[in-house]
Amino acid sequence: MTEHHGAPDHDMTGHHEAPPRESPPAAARRAPVETAKAEPVHYQGRVHELQKELMNAYYAELTDIAKGRSPKKNAHLLIAGNPVELVRAFDMVPVFPEVNVLQIAARKASLPLIQKAEELGYAVDNCAYVKADVGLYLSGYEAPYGTVPKADLLLCNYVGCNVYLNWFEHLAELTGAPAVNIDIPFIRSADGEPSPQDIAYVVKQLEELIGLLERTTGTTLDWKKLQRTVELSAYVGEMWAEIKALTQLRPAPYDAYFDSVTMMAVLYCLRGTEEAARFFETAVADLKERAALGKGPLPEERFRVVIEGPPPWPFLRVFRDMFTRWGAVAVASTYSTVGGIWEFGFRHDPQRPLESIARHMLAQNLCNRTFLQRYDQMARYVDEWKADAIVIHSVKSCRLFSAGQGDMREYFAREREVPTLLIESDLEDPRYFSQAQLRNRIDAFFEALTQRRITAAAAAGGVA
Amino acid sequence: MTLTTFAPLPVVEEYREIVEDRGYPTVREWKRRTGRAAVGSFPVYSPVEITHAAGMLPVGLFGAGNQIEMAHADSRFQSFICSIVKSTLELAFVDKLAPFDALLFHSICDPARNLASVMARNFPERRAIYVHLPQNMASSGAAEYYAYELRRVAAELGAVSGRVPSDEDVLESIVAFNAMRSRLRDLYALRAERPANLSTAELYTLARMATFTDPLESEPLLADSLRSATTRDARPKDRIRVVVVGSFCEQPPLELIAGIEESGCYILDDDFLLGWRLFRTDVPVDGDPYLALARAYLDGSLHASTKHDLRVPRAAGLVASARANRADAVIFLGAKFCEPGLFDYALYRRALEQEGIPHLFLEFEEKMWMYDRIRTEVETFVESMLFV
Ligand code: SF4
Ligand code: SF4
Repeated sequence: MTEHHGAPDHDMTGHHEAPPRESPPAAARRAPVETAKAEPVHYQGRVHELQKELMNAYYAELTDIAKGRSPKKNAHLLIAGNPVELVRAFDMVPVFPEVNVLQIAARKASLPLIQKAEELGYAVDNCAYVKADVGLYLSGYEAPYGTVPKADLLLCNYVGCNVYLNWFEHLAELTGAPAVNIDIPFIRSADGEPSPQDIAYVVKQLEELIGLLERTTGTTLDWKKLQRTVELSAYVGEMWAEIKALTQLRPAPYDAYFDSVTMMAVLYCLRGTEEAARFFETAVADLKERAALGKGPLPEERFRVVIEGPPPWPFLRVFRDMFTRWGAVAVASTYSTVGGIWEFGFRHDPQRPLESIARHMLAQNLCNRTFLQRYDQMARYVDEWKADAIVIHSVKSCRLFSAGQGDMREYFAREREVPTLLIESDLEDPRYFSQAQLRNRIDAFFEALTQRRITAAAAAGGVA
Repeated sequence: MTLTTFAPLPVVEEYREIVEDRGYPTVREWKRRTGRAAVGSFPVYSPVEITHAAGMLPVGLFGAGNQIEMAHADSRFQSFICSIVKSTLELAFVDKLAPFDALLFHSICDPARNLASVMARNFPERRAIYVHLPQNMASSGAAEYYAYELRRVAAELGAVSGRVPSDEDVLESIVAFNAMRSRLRDLYALRAERPANLSTAELYTLARMATFTDPLESEPLLADSLRSATTRDARPKDRIRVVVVGSFCEQPPLELIAGIEESGCYILDDDFLLGWRLFRTDVPVDGDPYLALARAYLDGSLHASTKHDLRVPRAAGLVASARANRADAVIFLGAKFCEPGLFDYALYRRALEQEGIPHLFLEFEEKMWMYDRIRTEVETFVESMLFV
């Protein structure tokens, strides 16, 4: 989830419209956008640097395993509400294909991998994360950041996304690695709470998983170690929640979409470790300091938005700039909750490790909650984080996120009267990023918001 | 459209138009006659016995086919979402789902799941019930948990009909559906054995009839048709033998199915309307009926692209079916934008190539009404098989 500033975004050939550098749209010309005139914004800070260090070390470890230099076992698992604490408790290293392939996309190297999979018969309409991962496997798991080890265990935590099931089933057939599905019943209750039977069922599967991990590693579970891992997760969850609350301030000290992804890398890949705890201690301190100084990520925070949907990894920087030029800062994002929702109070519980892991998997992440519960989550963001608007980034690959987002727009724009923008591209496949079109849509949206403010101010002035 | 060259089956004649009628005339008639409620089941598999036991008519919802224009739903679901999701929502917007007092959705794929939410929000008066189907077939807790889920669904359905089914009610409904499914299995076996006796277009019409008819009423109709088809004096034509796979959820138009046959294929096996005949054998009727249904789903059901059983790869299942049916080839007939179907294609292709079984990839949309291109593709494929 690192941002790679070395690689310019306009470097891609042929698959998107040329950026309108020469003639900015009329909207942009008219808008009094300070940041658009200033030097390019540098988004990186201390947190980014530290993240890079940790992620490099993480990938160095994966490479060591892949090259046979480390005896450690690994499990491939998925981001949405995962039981990484169990994996860590066995001293296994978790491998997250989603993180692997999004980093490749961010380095603009995903297309050849996607095409490799398409040659095998994968459809253009299949989730490109899966295709890139299959392509990566077919390329000997050699990635720009290191080598991914072949799985000792394919641990499919089926949390919401049905594509997860296909994905690991395919890996099992292609690689021959042993695979298990952890079946997480989707939330069916109106209050979003799992039933006691839901929890008991998941705990039972986690117990079976412990047996499997014991056989995979040839060790037995150290219960104390599991408790410590869960405790570290709870600690990190606490700090992450604190960080999330900071964007309720004006200005928000960081961007809850674009900067969150930096922290999410550590939150997901290293949750349950001491390193992650140290990282978040630094992040909390750093961001609190920024908040105390009234510093935001941009020179001026003009619009506070909630962003829904995953980012377009191959064009992250370009995409971010499209908001920056309007002084738009994300104060909350749904994407930052795919792995877990901590901002509303959930914490892992070291006294009841398996039950709390089960709760996390069942109900405390975006993916296993209903589409309407996502509407509620977003409405809370709008109200409690005081957002001016919603931006829905609809990605073709991920139907878990996108299917039905037209209805979501309808709900927010019509029923809640929150200005809502719906734009489309993809999270991994660069062929679906139409830069000029996106920029025009975003410009038109913020211009309309600006206009609305001017009108409102005039009306208020008239009354006074 | 000529379905056969000899005497048509009366039930097929009677239902040929009705199966595509989104006015659901027979459902309305059943409701008038019985004064009871009806529940629409979105594909693939639905625990219909429970709907039935709660005193209601379970009805398969297969989108709008090519029967209506999209006017509302395509602003809710994007262009890259399969047609059945959008057309089912469209049916609700134009009030064609009026005969249904509740809807059942199941954990088959991400668009179908979000559809359940969108439906619930826009049409709160019609209860949308979401059913979780287990995906860890190997867990020792799966059967018990899924039985619990079915009981939960029974309570929800009971709230719609005003009658939570007793265990006896469920057992009775299992008996009724066992009988109906057993006739369907017989019909499938007849077609596999003597494909000239029963065309797939006929078989499809019969099976589709069973998706909106009380099993107590459809079973005798299927039995009649089975008798008539068995006694037909049919001479086999010069066709290739194929297994069709990929249409387990969104359904191809009947004309397309007939077109594939007329282009020179005997279809020996397929996954059309798969959920309605998912169980390989009768569901046992001694003991806890919910547990029996759960076990049948986990251990006694056909392969389905929405059921991820790591114990037995689906591609191996397809190869086994092709072998058992002495098929010359496999036709993958997948719904456009159907993620689970399209994923499976990649694995099927790999397995079929390894086994040296030729295959043809075709993509359809329920809303299509021109079949020339697909027919030409099939004809070319058949020719290459017969003459090259
Ligand atoms: S569909 Fe979405 S959640 Fe599922 S694997 Fe693809 S990107 Fe991830
Ligand atoms: S056709 Fe495929 S993608 Fe569409 S609802 Fe059915 S299973 Fe899901």
